Amino acid sequence: MAKQMHHTPNLDELESGPWPSFVTGLKRLAQENDMMVDLLGQLETSYKNRFGYWKGGTVGVIGYGAGVIPRFTELKDESGKPLFPEAAEFHTLRVQPPAGMHYTSDLLRQLCDAWLETGGSGLIAFHGQSGDIMFQGIKAENVQAAFDRLNQMGFDLGGAGPALRTSMSCVGAARCEMSCYDEARALRTVINNNLDDMHRPSLPYKFKFKFSGCPNDCVNSIQRSDMAIIGTWRDNIRVNEQIARDWMAAHSMEDLINMVVNHCPTKAIQLKKNDGAPAGEGVSRVAVSDEHCIEIDNHNCVRCMHCLNVMPGALLPGKDKGVTILVGGKGVLKIGATMGTVIVPFMKLESDEDFEKLNDLARNVLDFFAENALEHERTGEMIERIGLVNFLEGIGLEVDPNMVIHPRTNPYVRTDGWDEEAEKWFERKRAAA
Amino acid sequence: MAERTHKTIESGAPDPMPYMHPVMRKNYGKWVFHSHPKPGVLYHRAESGDEIWTVKAGTQRQMDHYTIRKLADIADQYGDGYVRFTARSNIEFMVADQAKVEPLIKALQDNGFPVGGTANSVSMIAHTQGWLHCDIPGTDASGVVKALMDELYDEFVKCEMPNRVKLSTSCCEINCGGQADIAIIVQHTKPPKINHDLVANVCERPAVVARCPVAAIRPALVNGKPSLEVDERKCVCCGACYPPCPPMQINDPEHSKIAIWVGGKNSNARSRPTFHKLVAAGLPNNPPRWPEVAEVVKKILAVYKADGRPWERMSDWIDRIGWPAFFEKTGLPFTKYHIDNWRGARNSLNASTHIRF
Repeated sequence: MAKQMHHTPNLDELESGPWPSFVTGLKRLAQENDMMVDLLGQLETSYKNRFGYWKGGTVGVIGYGAGVIPRFTELKDESGKPLFPEAAEFHTLRVQPPAGMHYTSDLLRQLCDAWLETGGSGLIAFHGQSGDIMFQGIKAENVQAAFDRLNQMGFDLGGAGPALRTSMSCVGAARCEMSCYDEARALRTVINNNLDDMHRPSLPYKFKFKFSGCPNDCVNSIQRSDMAIIGTWRDNIRVNEQIARDWMAAHSMEDLINMVVNHCPTKAIQLKKNDGAPAGEGVSRVAVSDEHCIEIDNHNCVRCMHCLNVMPGALLPGKDKGVTILVGGKGVLKIGATMGTVIVPFMKLESDEDFEKLNDLARNVLDFFAENALEHERTGEMIERIGLVNFLEGIGLEVDPNMVIHPRTNPYVRTDGWDEEAEKWFERKRAAA
Repeated sequence: MAERTHKTIESGAPDPMPYMHPVMRKNYGKWVFHSHPKPGVLYHRAESGDEIWTVKAGTQRQMDHYTIRKLADIADQYGDGYVRFTARSNIEFMVADQAKVEPLIKALQDNGFPVGGTANSVSMIAHTQGWLHCDIPGTDASGVVKALMDELYDEFVKCEMPNRVKLSTSCCEINCGGQADIAIIVQHTKPPKINHDLVANVCERPAVVARCPVAAIRPALVNGKPSLEVDERKCVCCGACYPPCPPMQINDPEHSKIAIWVGGKNSNARSRPTFHKLVAAGLPNNPPRWPEVAEVVKKILAVYKADGRPWERMSDWIDRIGWPAFFEKTGLPFTKYHIDNWRGARNSLNASTHIRF
């Protein structure tokens, strides 16, 4: 213990300034942990040489093929001896947090204790970009004991590699009036029923689910997940006249026009005289003063959330809530970033059966991905390659005009099945009527 | 080693209910109102009339256990003992008593945690692992974020932007930091340097060939050894070959530069979600404080702050004023590299006579 600290002039620069310093934290740990002394040595070398020095490898726990991120130093002398031997192994445990990332103070302390008492460095990140708690810095020989301890506390490893990944849900129903479904339940239903694909990676590539309670999409599901479950509603926006009047009293007509009406993307909001006329079918009407009210044409509202965000409480999601499901969001590699696109415009998510239906759909999409994607191909890339229609037919979903911005603009398609396809549309219309 | 007695329980994502503030648990799914009393503070009211205040503070994300215990102690002494973390590594303390808000803010500030990050502020930067823990990083993550948040501290603790501003950093072009109003991402400028002695032993060559987005990699015999070669005229220096084949070193202290992208937005509010767009590149990877990057980010933020209208996100603002005005107002150069030539590029060209003068 108490190994001599390395000279770290670059990192020292990051101890000044008003934002909390991770370097100061690393140094605190180094006071009693030689691994962190050498970690600082390696990190300083990276800062000096502008180069990274970790390589991967194979470290895991019994029964699992993922969840531990192995890191071995590449900084070695000519005889192959690590320059910073105490940090020659610096592995990470990815651990799934409680859905919504809620913690008690006691739980935070227990996580710290478990980490320290099983050989961990004392460094924890809340959270990684996929949503894992990242326990950073442990030797391979201690990984199993650290996991066992965390597992006994009710925690499980997260995903890595070509596997189902750790998920995220927004704060949602726990503290947000915009929430349109039970995000935590949906997350735990989908993830915890498919853990085999997380712990024993055998998919073509990674697969991520994310759960946002409304179209504000606070966990960025549309861009960061292969299957995004986003809350929405079908009926009229609910209104609260008192809160609307309070809002107006604290603002002005300019604010109402410039900040609310003008920003509506579909021009669904109109300013009207407050003449006591009843709201028409599909119209939400709320007085903001004795003189004026606003009217929202709900059939033309795209649930963008803007007016609800600006006038919180005055305007609320409707009561007929559910989710829109989008598939295919991902980052850059290989074809460029792709956004998730609609495969289910609306489904209810309230009853046990609804959640079971969501779970079945998730399993169905995972299975189709497992069977049809090429190696290292994300769902969005697979759909780009095979076309959305093949994907929909593969998982048994009907086409819907909500799935496109506009119909095709080129004639390169065989349409000799037109009459049958048109009949399917009319058939569905009749069934829905 | 002692024999293992524990049998793994594949328990998955834990139930949050035991760790959730009792007022939030009681009113789960029944909230009807929120407001923003001041920067860093949120107020929520439930149907039942129950109220809860949230105080949000920035953290360094990579936290030593002393810092975590300090936050836990603050939660016990000044809060109700319940916290949560946001997707951008801010910590939120929930209290059911308004009288606890100001002492809690003071305790956080006294211990060096900035209170802010709510509503139309610049929130904490979503970031990645970088030199601290990644096996393929072109730069650091925590250090870039620390350096930038020092510069943007005032914008975190105040709420003076037209709308919320989300930033991200990524230490390679894979962009783990994600889409953002302003994203800071490594951009390599030279093809990989190949160690031909190692390729055959380390890399699964067909898999590496398949990774290349522009088909610039092909198998080759080099000095009698099976290896890979890169057609450097086709190579776009993305680094996709490096993770599956570490002997194809893409990182370079000099030539791995930093690029800045703006206008990414995942919310559906107003416009559909958008991807961020390239606005600046060629910035040096300059630890420990990356001043050239900070300068460009601050310049963009200053122009947006002055010119954006209330509730306009970065992308809304640029949509309104147009890209020529963006480059004019920020003083950033527009180059041939800004014009897309990847698949779908024609969709980004101006197929109209809509031009602002």
